[in-house]
Amino acid sequence: MTDPILSVRRLTIDIPLAQGTMHAVRGIDFDLKRGETLCIVGESGSGKSLTSLAVMGLLSGKLRRSADRLEFAGIDLMRQKPRTMRSLRGDRMAMIFQEPMTSLNPAYTIGDQLAEAYLLHRRASRVEALARAVELLGKVGITAAESRLSQYPHQLSGGLRQRVMIAMALMCEPELIIADEPTTALDVTIQAQILRLLADLQREMNMAMILVTHDLGIVARIADKVAVMYAGEVVEQGTAREIFDNPRHPYTRGLLRCIPVPGKTKPGEHLGSIPGIVPSLVGVVEGCAFRGRCDVAAPSCADPIPEQKEGAEHAWRCIHGQAEEGAPA
Amino acid sequence: MSETATPPVLELASVTKTYQVKQGMFGKPKPLHALSGVSLRLNRKDVLGLVGESGCGKSTLAKILLGLEMPTDGRVLVDGREIAPGERRLLARRIQPVFQDPYSSLNPRKSIEDIIALPLLVHGIGDGAAREQAVTRMLDLVGLPARVRRGYPSQLSGGQRQRVAIARALIMKPEIVICDEPTSALDVSVQSQILNLLGDLREELGLTYLFISHNLAVVEHLATRVAVMYLGQIVEEAPARDLFAGPRHPYTTALLESVLTPDPSLSVPDTHLGAAYPNPISPPPGCRFHPRCGKVRDICRTTPPPRVEGPEGHVDCHLYSAAPTH
Repeated sequence: MTDPILSVRRLTIDIPLAQGTMHAVRGIDFDLKRGETLCIVGESGSGKSLTSLAVMGLLSGKLRRSADRLEFAGIDLMRQKPRTMRSLRGDRMAMIFQEPMTSLNPAYTIGDQLAEAYLLHRRASRVEALARAVELLGKVGITAAESRLSQYPHQLSGGLRQRVMIAMALMCEPELIIADEPTTALDVTIQAQILRLLADLQREMNMAMILVTHDLGIVARIADKVAVMYAGEVVEQGTAREIFDNPRHPYTRGLLRCIPVPGKTKPGEHLGSIPGIVPSLVGVVEGCAFRGRCDVAAPSCADPIPEQKEGAEHAWRCIHGQAEEGAPA
Repeated sequence: MSETATPPVLELASVTKTYQVKQGMFGKPKPLHALSGVSLRLNRKDVLGLVGESGCGKSTLAKILLGLEMPTDGRVLVDGREIAPGERRLLARRIQPVFQDPYSSLNPRKSIEDIIALPLLVHGIGDGAAREQAVTRMLDLVGLPARVRRGYPSQLSGGQRQRVAIARALIMKPEIVICDEPTSALDVSVQSQILNLLGDLREELGLTYLFISHNLAVVEHLATRVAVMYLGQIVEEAPARDLFAGPRHPYTTALLESVLTPDPSLSVPDTHLGAAYPNPISPPPGCRFHPRCGKVRDICRTTPPPRVEGPEGHVDCHLYSAAPTH
C-alpha cells in the first residue's frame, strides 16, 4: 500500500482556562491515504472540530497543540512556520466549513472570493483565475456559472452557497480536504446532493478527505474509515463496515442504538439512550472517560486503558471486547 | 369509530397566509403565498409529522396554530369551533410550543423556576404556592432534578434546556403541543432521550403533537400521520405507516430517498431533484413541483393537480387522477 498522505500520532490539544487546563484532544492517532475518506464522528465537545483545525494549523493562539507526529505528504506540520502553512492552506490542503453564510465574505463577489486562493498560490492572471472559477462552479453543479461570479453571497440560497464553498476549496486541486459538518445547515434533499457531489469530486481528483460530522447516516454512506471520538479521544476506529456491523466500544454501540432506523427500530418504541453527561476535561483525566456512563464499566476502567485490535485497522480503547465475544484465548 | 365521532381537536380549513415582500429598496411589494389553501386535521392523540424543505411554510403554519400570526384567509377550528381573532389566549391555553433551539428560546436572565412558571403567571393561574407546586411536578415529569429549579439556563446542557422548554409548554396542561424541530439542535444521544420523553408524555397525558421536522427517520419513529408540504401546499397526507411503506407523490418519494440510513453497504442516494427550490414569490404554474419532478407530464406544466382522496389521506398529483370523467 502507498504511504499515508496524512499521518497523526498522539495529537494533543490543551486549552488553558482560569480553572485549569482543559485536555480537549488527548493523544489521538490516525492515518489517511490518497483517495480515502475518514469520517470523524462524535458529539459536541468531543474534540472533532479542534482536531481538524489542528491539522490545518488554524487553532487560535492560546490553544496548545503537541504531537509525536503530524505529517502531511511528508511535510512535518509541527515544524512549519506560519508562512509555510499559509502557502499549504488553500493550495495543497483546504477546508470546507459548516456555515456557508458566515464563512463567505458578504462584501466580496463570489468571483473575487473564488479567485483569491488561485491568484495567491498559482500566480495566475485574474482572467485565468476567473476562468478556473467558472470551471469549478460548473463542476459543483451551478448553472449559469459566469453570471454567478458578479453575485454576492446573500443572493444565493444555502445550498448554492455551500456549493460555492466546495468550489472554493477545490480551486487549487488540494490533496487533502477537510469538511467540518458541511451539510448540517441544509435540507435533506440538498444534503444528499452535496454529499454525492463531494464524494464524486473526491474520487475524480483522488483527494484524501476528512469529514467531521455527528450524523451516523452520513458516516455510513460516505466513509471508508471511521474514527469515533469521545471526550477528546478516538475510542474506536476501523472501516465503516466494521464500525457499523461489529462495533466494539460501548460508546459506539450506544450511539448506534440512539438513532431511529427506518425498517429496523419499531415506531413508537423507546430508543436506546446514553445516560449521564460528558465528563469535564479540565484537570487530570484518568482511565476511560466513558466509564461514568457505561453499562459494562468495571473497577479497572479507572486505570489506563489498553488499545485492542482486530485485523489490520479495527482498534478500540476498552477493557472489554475480545474475551466476551468468545474469541479463542 | 363512527364518522360522527368527535370533531378533530384542531383543524385548518383552506388557510391561506400571504405576506407582502419588497424586492429591493424601491421595489413594489409583491405577495408571497406562504400558505395556499392548507387544510389539515389533527385528531386527538395523533402525532402529525409535518415535513418539507425550508421555506415550504412549515413554520408559518405553526405560527398560525399558535395564534402568533393570523391567517389571511380560511379558518382555524378547535374542537369544531372557529377561533375568532380575539381569542388568542384561549388558543394559548390549549396549544403550546416547543421550539428548536433550547439556547435561544429560554431567557438567560430568568431562573429555571421562573421560566417554567411564566405561562401560569401570564394567564393568571393559581397563587404563588400553587405555581411552585406545579413547577415541582413539571420538573419531575420531564426528568429534571429538583436542584436545577434555582439555576439558570447557562448552567444546563442542551438536553436539559430542552426538558425545561417541554416543562414550560406542559405546565399549562395543553392538549396540543407544537414541536418545531425539537431535537435538531441536540446531540444524537440526547436526541433519543428527548424523543423517548415526548413519547412517554404523550401516553401519560394523552397529548396530541404536531411534529415539525426535517429528519424523516425521527418522523417515522414518532408520527402516526404525516403531511408533506411543498411551496405552501400539502401535497400528500397519509397514516405514517402507509406513507413510509408506499409514498405516492413524487416529492414524498424524493424526500424519503434522501434519508441517509446508517447502512455502510449503501452510498449517497441520487434523488434526481434539481438543485433549485423555486422562489415562492413566483411559484411555477400548474403543479408547483413539476420543474423538479422526474415523472412530469404535459398537463403538470399547465394545470394544478387535483386532490386525489384515498381511504385515509390524499395526494395532490396528476399521476393518480383517473382517466377524465364525463
